[in-house]
Amino acid sequence: MRRPDLSALSVKTRSRLLGTHERTGVLPAAARYLVLIGIGFIFLYPLIYMISNSLQSPADLSDPSVTWIPTAPYWDNFRSAFGALDFANALKNSLLAAVVTALLQTASTSFIAYGLARFPIPLKKLWIVLVIATFFIPVEITSVPRYVLFYRYGFVDTLLPSYLPALFGQGLNAAVFILVFVMFFQSYPAALDEAAALDGAGRFRIYLRIALPMSRSAIILSLLFSSVWYWNETAQSQMYFGNTFPTLMHRLSEFSARYSGMMSESGAASTSPTQAIILAGTMLAILPMLLFYLVCQRQFINSIDQSGITGE
Amino acid sequence: MKQNDATRRRTLTMRTKDRLAGSVFFLPWLVGFLLFTFYPLIFSLQLSFNAYQLLPDGAVMNWRGFAYYSQAWNEDLNFKLNLGNSLLFIACATPVVMVFALIIAILLNAKFPMRTFFRAIFFLPVLIMSGPVISRLLSSYTTDFSANTPQIYEFINQLPNFISRPVLVILNNLVLMLWFSGVQIQIFLAGLQKISPDLYAAAEIDGAGGWEKFWKITLPYMNPLILVTTAYTVMTLSNYTNNAVNRQIQDSMFQTSNLYSLSAAMSWIYFLAIILLLLAIYLIFFLFGRRGKHAQA
Repeated sequence: MRRPDLSALSVKTRSRLLGTHERTGVLPAAARYLVLIGIGFIFLYPLIYMISNSLQSPADLSDPSVTWIPTAPYWDNFRSAFGALDFANALKNSLLAAVVTALLQTASTSFIAYGLARFPIPLKKLWIVLVIATFFIPVEITSVPRYVLFYRYGFVDTLLPSYLPALFGQGLNAAVFILVFVMFFQSYPAALDEAAALDGAGRFRIYLRIALPMSRSAIILSLLFSSVWYWNETAQSQMYFGNTFPTLMHRLSEFSARYSGMMSESGAASTSPTQAIILAGTMLAILPMLLFYLVCQRQFINSIDQSGITGE
Repeated sequence: MKQNDATRRRTLTMRTKDRLAGSVFFLPWLVGFLLFTFYPLIFSLQLSFNAYQLLPDGAVMNWRGFAYYSQAWNEDLNFKLNLGNSLLFIACATPVVMVFALIIAILLNAKFPMRTFFRAIFFLPVLIMSGPVISRLLSSYTTDFSANTPQIYEFINQLPNFISRPVLVILNNLVLMLWFSGVQIQIFLAGLQKISPDLYAAAEIDGAGGWEKFWKITLPYMNPLILVTTAYTVMTLSNYTNNAVNRQIQDSMFQTSNLYSLSAAMSWIYFLAIILLLLAIYLIFFLFGRRGKHAQA
């Protein structure tokens, strides 16, 4: 009498469940998804809460049976928030403050880094240490003196306090970008530069035509992250040009006051915004960045992978 | 001989030219550094020791010694409290961010369906992290932990103070802390992808399990990257606008009775505290790294 080959079966199921060298088993895969979905939910919870609540009408908000899904999307919240944010104008200011500064920062940090990466500058070690050191100076220390400086030259209430430091490699987290560019410029063969020099190209031309195209990912990294960081920076920019070029973030931080002002002007009974309206305002303020991320998501992530920070 | 001399002279001038060209490329940084970083640093230090007065014909400085430092430290009722809270937040959030980022990066470091989707989700907070958004989304609704689950709160409160305080800080700000780990996750993931699979295969042949592979291969390889990322995390957390001490420094900047000076003194105390914190972290890494090498030898 032959016994059924149970052991072979159990080995097979076992390997399917727990996985083998080549394949991930069902159980580890399920555990991975469980943890990722769980933590992902905690991560996104504030956003889900915001989307759900910003679409609820006052009736839904006070109805205890409505928790997540509004009975019908209520767009009035967005209409009021749109006005209180002065959306179109604030968006234009945000773009001026973030994108233009990011362009300047990318141009200057790559230019500076090319000098550090490719030429024998006197005291080079000291300069690199100083570049790194600038990253560790809290913004609070330099903000008042910079304000006084800009005030003296009449730059307060213009965008120059944002542009000028970026143009001279002292912008927000500029040290990070300088170091990334240095690593990129050092990683391609110097023979390329030398060949171009033999062909009669000047040094600036070599930087423009060879070094920069060889470092596309670094440029993308610098442009994307500078834009995002400047977009979300509020404390400094509020001081420098919050009155004349209020960005979306400035408008959001004074949202309740502006909403009340708008309402009392129109003679409404209740002037303070409901939580739904505040959340609709928040949603509108981050919407441009969310759309931007939707389009450039791959570039963001690839640029970190290729940043060279992991050391090649 | 003569020819040799000539080539040497030519290479020499080439070298001088290179130095000159490099300096031209680097010059903008030096100018910017002197104008927008070094001068402000000196000026801020000066402000913290002097009373600053705006007169019709210019500004005047009057020497006050350590008066503003002592005012911040001894007289101001909130400063020490805010400083302590901010430092406690940074000291608690940094390890949370690092451990969390490493775990997520390890989970994401494999081929599986929807991987890009999850990567994108964990990076999302970086795009929307700003003072006003955080205060709308995280602070306003964040479930007050102590109110929602009083039993656990009671239990933690019974523990000694040096355990219960950090635990409560972490539990109350968990989502906020996780939102700070977007960049770190991607950096770790990039680092993990660089570790050669052969190393793990060799370790498996020697009979190493997942746990051992993590401690003997992954962690030592990631150690330099973790140090850099930790420093980055500390600076991001300390520059975070909504943090208690930053808010107080900003609020007291334009206080007319001690214009700029008090806030300058406060920011230098804060700066010093952060430097000490960074040094402590470096020391921990140094000791840990040495012990690791010892164990390997």
